[in-house]
Amino acid sequence: MKLLVCVSKTPETTTKIQLTGDGSDIDTTGVQYIMNPYDEWYALVRALELKEAAGGSVTILNVGPADNDSVIRKGLAIGADDAVRIDVSEEKDSLYTARQIAEYARGENHDIIFFGKETISYNGSEVGAMVAEFLDLPYIAEAIALEIEGTKATVTRDIEGGEEVIELQTPFALSSAKGLAEQRIPNMRGIMMAKRKPLNVIQPTDFPDTTRIAHYDKPEEKGSVKLIDPDNMDELVRLLHEEAKVI
Amino acid sequence: MVLVYAEATNGQFKKMAHEVVVYGKKTADVLGTECHALVLGDATGAEDLARFGAGKVHRVSSPNLEKFDAAVYTVAIAEVAKKLGATVIVLSHNSTGKSITGRLAARLEAGSVPGANAVPMMKDGYFTVRKPVFSGKAFAEVQVLTDVKVISVAGNSIPVEELGQAGASVESLDITVPESRTKVVKHQVATGRVPLPEAELVVSGGRGLKGPENWGVVEDLADALGATTACSRPVADSDWRPHHEHVGQTGVAIRPNLYIAAGISGAIQHLAGVNNSKTIVVINKDADAPFFKAADYGVVGDLFEVLPRLTEAVKRYRGQ
Repeated sequence: MKLLVCVSKTPETTTKIQLTGDGSDIDTTGVQYIMNPYDEWYALVRALELKEAAGGSVTILNVGPADNDSVIRKGLAIGADDAVRIDVSEEKDSLYTARQIAEYARGENHDIIFFGKETISYNGSEVGAMVAEFLDLPYIAEAIALEIEGTKATVTRDIEGGEEVIELQTPFALSSAKGLAEQRIPNMRGIMMAKRKPLNVIQPTDFPDTTRIAHYDKPEEKGSVKLIDPDNMDELVRLLHEEAKVI
Repeated sequence: MVLVYAEATNGQFKKMAHEVVVYGKKTADVLGTECHALVLGDATGAEDLARFGAGKVHRVSSPNLEKFDAAVYTVAIAEVAKKLGATVIVLSHNSTGKSITGRLAARLEAGSVPGANAVPMMKDGYFTVRKPVFSGKAFAEVQVLTDVKVISVAGNSIPVEELGQAGASVESLDITVPESRTKVVKHQVATGRVPLPEAELVVSGGRGLKGPENWGVVEDLADALGATTACSRPVADSDWRPHHEHVGQTGVAIRPNLYIAAGISGAIQHLAGVNNSKTIVVINKDADAPFFKAADYGVVGDLFEVLPRLTEAVKRYRGQ
């Protein structure tokens, strides 16, 4: 099977987000970056499992600057065969990113294109759907299980309060949620091998911006917590009704 | 014109459908235009969508719409949008919306804002939409630069209100809908409680519950409130509770009016999924639990004593 896993770089999950003084951007001072967890833990690992079971190849694709190479190398250390980075230095929107991926993947005949269900940075959850549309592929969002038999796939996806099971044929695209696979930690051999695996850098195609973030702000800080006597739950109910007005 | 895709669940329109119609109507008011709703397939109560602000309701019927397929639904919505000349298309940011918002934006070459939490505004001459980013740790104001725009609306973002009068005529549109290349073989939804992303009241339990056999205290409070139950990541990972109840950064992100957390310490990854809740109540026997810093109300005490007391107090308040 020929498998493509599209990955993003995001701030580490415990990052405290700080803004520049005028709110025009995120202050990246001291921010540690990782591979987006949905891409690494679920999409990449499930792709590797399928390759291990049925043979084939797993390619990592990233759209971003040279800084992203360390994150890409980690994916190679976990077990991907090779990687492609489309060299884009500026922050771009989802549609731009999806167009770059589609330009690369068109004609490559991947059996499955994997995405994470969303990035933990911009929480867009749309690049995979966009690529699927550009390539005219079926798309399953938020997959929590994926089984393959020849060209037939059975995918389980999260829906509100339950799940749905879908059968389809390759090729297709999907986004990966918790449950699809278990996180893998790269071992020393993987890390050494990753240095020699190909990471090809290709140039982007020109496309216009369709959105632009003009301003950021942060949620209002909560005032200090109001502590309620554990023996007086009637008081809590009163406050929820009269003060918070939520019941 | 603003076109709202109003999704029916099992043939019925629920709160999320009404919410996006209200959102569409308010967007149309900002732009000085009309709001129309689109219904795909059979559903009762389509004419009722007018009550929430839809000036007209359109319906596309086809056997190919009976089961959900992102590609097929995208074609149907996009073709209707083109036929009617819609400039803004509004959907719910639920599992359906997450499947089709991106496809629709790609098909229409439209700038999109997934997961918006406020009605668009014209700011500095640009159509601007607010949405949470970094899992709720910040908000971004996104300018949409294209003529056609696609927005998906996060649940519980705006109050549902009646902005129109019931009884719009439902007009059928003749649109060619392609056949699906996917087959839904099972569709299973827990019944009884409101799904988490739509819930206004949520009671959530963490490791402090000590085991799945103790969940009765959480469920009793949820029943008394009419709330939906949720859990923290370790609880879902230990299979104490079903995976779809897991709220947090890697689970479901929610924004209820009231979030009651019992026995959850409040790791930053958990907060990321719940910190857009309007009011947070934290119950924990550890007074140093970090969650108290993010809470509006806190109870330092043993949840096995506090939760039943709170349940009784809610019943007294509700007069049950």
